[in-house]
Amino acid sequence: MARRFGMALGFLAAGMAGAAAQGWQPSKPIEFVVTSSPGGGTDNFTRMIQSIIMKYKLIEQPIVVSNKGGGSGAEGYLVSKTAAGDPYKVIFGTNNAYLLPYVAKLGYKFSDLTPVAALALDEFLLWVKADAPYKTAKEYIEAVKAKPETYKMGGSQSKDTDQTLTSILSTVTGAKFIYVPFQGGGAVGTQLAGGHVNSHTNNPNESIGQWKAGQVRPLCVFSPARLPAGPKVTETQGWADIPTCKEAGIPVERFQMPRTVWLPAGTPPGAVQFYEGVLKKVSETPEWQEYITRTVQTGQFLSGDSLKAFVANDDKLSREVFEREGWIVK
Amino acid sequence: MDGFSGLLHGFGVALTWYHVTLMVVGVLLGILVGVLPGLGAPNGVSLLLPLTFTMDPVSAIILLTSMYWGALFGGSTTSILFNIPGEPSSVATTFDGYPMAQNGRATEALSFAFLSAGFGAIVGVLLITALSGWVTQFALKFSSPEFFGVYFLAFASFVGLSGAPPLKAAVSIALGFSLAAVGMDSVSGSLRLTFGFDVLLAGISFLVAVIGLFGIGELILTIEDGLKLDGIRAKITPRDVLRTAAQMPKHWATLLRSSIVGCWMGITPGGPTAASFMSYGLAKRFSAYRANFGKGEPDGVIAPETADHSAGTSAMLPMMALGLPGSATAAVMLGGLMIWGLNPGPMLFVERPDFVWGLIASMYLGNVVAVVLVLATVPLFASILRIPFAIIGPLIVVVCFIGAYTIAGRPFDLWLALAFGALGYAFKKLDYPIAPLILAMVIGDKAEDAFRQSMIMSKGSLTIFWSNPLVTSLMLLGLVLLFWPLIGAMIQRLRSARA
Repeated sequence: MARRFGMALGFLAAGMAGAAAQGWQPSKPIEFVVTSSPGGGTDNFTRMIQSIIMKYKLIEQPIVVSNKGGGSGAEGYLVSKTAAGDPYKVIFGTNNAYLLPYVAKLGYKFSDLTPVAALALDEFLLWVKADAPYKTAKEYIEAVKAKPETYKMGGSQSKDTDQTLTSILSTVTGAKFIYVPFQGGGAVGTQLAGGHVNSHTNNPNESIGQWKAGQVRPLCVFSPARLPAGPKVTETQGWADIPTCKEAGIPVERFQMPRTVWLPAGTPPGAVQFYEGVLKKVSETPEWQEYITRTVQTGQFLSGDSLKAFVANDDKLSREVFEREGWIVK
Repeated sequence: MDGFSGLLHGFGVALTWYHVTLMVVGVLLGILVGVLPGLGAPNGVSLLLPLTFTMDPVSAIILLTSMYWGALFGGSTTSILFNIPGEPSSVATTFDGYPMAQNGRATEALSFAFLSAGFGAIVGVLLITALSGWVTQFALKFSSPEFFGVYFLAFASFVGLSGAPPLKAAVSIALGFSLAAVGMDSVSGSLRLTFGFDVLLAGISFLVAVIGLFGIGELILTIEDGLKLDGIRAKITPRDVLRTAAQMPKHWATLLRSSIVGCWMGITPGGPTAASFMSYGLAKRFSAYRANFGKGEPDGVIAPETADHSAGTSAMLPMMALGLPGSATAAVMLGGLMIWGLNPGPMLFVERPDFVWGLIASMYLGNVVAVVLVLATVPLFASILRIPFAIIGPLIVVVCFIGAYTIAGRPFDLWLALAFGALGYAFKKLDYPIAPLILAMVIGDKAEDAFRQSMIMSKGSLTIFWSNPLVTSLMLLGLVLLFWPLIGAMIQRLRSARA
């Protein structure tokens, strides 16, 4: 009853905004909550979307971007609980929205979030130092298998995507690494360039500078198909020249990280549709295509049932790893 | 890019109208902050920090560092004229500066202070210019054990050299460590010390701690002491300044010794406050007029001021090259660097030469601008202290709370700032040093991460800290510094036994 009353109020507010015919419309400023600190991948993702919305006037109301990156992003997702039912808080993140509550006791549950859309998939590659003797991913994995637990795999954070991928890699191939967690992709990259770790699984955008500088070299990409060609990165190679890991003989079909958008649970369905529509338009602009190309991500718009299916699949896959590794907190 | 060509490039970056204007604005704000007791340089810089989020990093750092120089100069003004150190690092300046002013030599004291401060700052920047090329070669040699070695060195030097009782410094460091541990732990990926409170998830911001400990804590002390406002009128005539400048070369030994002390303390990093005390102590020890110290001896002003400023400037090198702050203010700027998306560390010199050299060039210019401005604006700023404390005091409180709220927009931080204010007061009263706490809050979790990463790499063997010459010498130096109070006492005993 109370809920129906709330919805009636919502419609009333929409009516007052003079847009009842178009469904839900925002009638006050909107806050975009970023679940990373300024400068991070999620931060760039959010600010890109904000600037495109402003440029094409897709939302009439002003948009405020706020960074809540504490606790690996949990600080931002907590907004879903403190502002339950508030359609003016839009939360931007990755798959950690549904994976974080498994590994740490946090103040929110995945059910506190309403999925809106996923706009891109960030890719993972296997990188080694430029002067390493391994020509292919297979050679490297064989070397690791020959001497278990001596090769160091660097990654950002703990029990996050990098460590999950390392665990999958170990299970599938039998190669045992020492996983060393650092603060972020940048620090991991420097460690590999200095030869302090043997490999890492950075996103293309995190290591493009060092590949260009001839400090590191990619062996394979954890994607079902090769990356789009684009301009050459080094003198002889571009992104499309990197084989997929499956081609290279490592049976990992795909490992990608979705860039996702959420609303707090209990928001009116009209609001979810409204933001879905806006984000769909964003994903069709040339500016968005330029961003995707520049950061070497895969553009893919998911919403509604397709998003639910993706999340369920990704959740199942990661949960298996978490259970095997004993990371789940009760 | 290193040495001379880098510096020329830097001057190209720094010498634009926009940046020179920022320098002037920064220095003026800094003098204001330095003159007001309770609003020190770390506090002023952290208040200004949110304003720089939208700026280009080079402009942002020029504004913040200029404010720092201004605050260092402003702090000595009030030390000499009113016996109120506007900055913790200008406490030692009051010892001889205020008596000089009382004897009617205020102009002389101020000129000595500013000129020697300028000298110290330039020595500090020259050192940075000379060492920066060397730093890039070591860029890629640093891994977790080396980083731990550097952090260990910093902590050890604080315990061994800060002048505070070693046990009290250790307590302060331990408290800082536990505060730094609050929130998500990046090595294990789990939460620590949050006790189920969601507000603690993001950890405790060291900026809030700085505002509380320095700003509010200092204010409570000022209220308790009852602020005396019998300021001495200071008129600076160009002729007096020139006459004092002509006397400067006579004090070359003090200038040189204090610069060395300052640079060493800035880089190790012991901080400007410790540097100024250490330098004052040494000057007194080596002076022919030892009995005159404390009664208005020029060397007693020159020594702490030179060391204070050379420590303040040279602290920028470890901040940029190693991510290590040499002073509380450098610690605040370090936070700024990360917010602007820069990674302090060896790679900064390779990846962002425009930022590094722009900053170094701006340090030459900024300090010259600061010396000129302080000499010109002394009477104006001194008049601020004639405003009744009943008006200035509440204003400082308001400024502190606005600063604490702007950091993350969380009402909880206001309570936190208040709690830190009480803690700061208690620390001062019980004579515990605050700087080690700030140091531990800023680099405590990094030191911990570095240690644990090293342990993962070596599978739990401590020998990794002796595995190459670089990390071995860092650790050895750290151990020597840690046990310096004991070693010093032993040398003393040996000497007296021989005599």
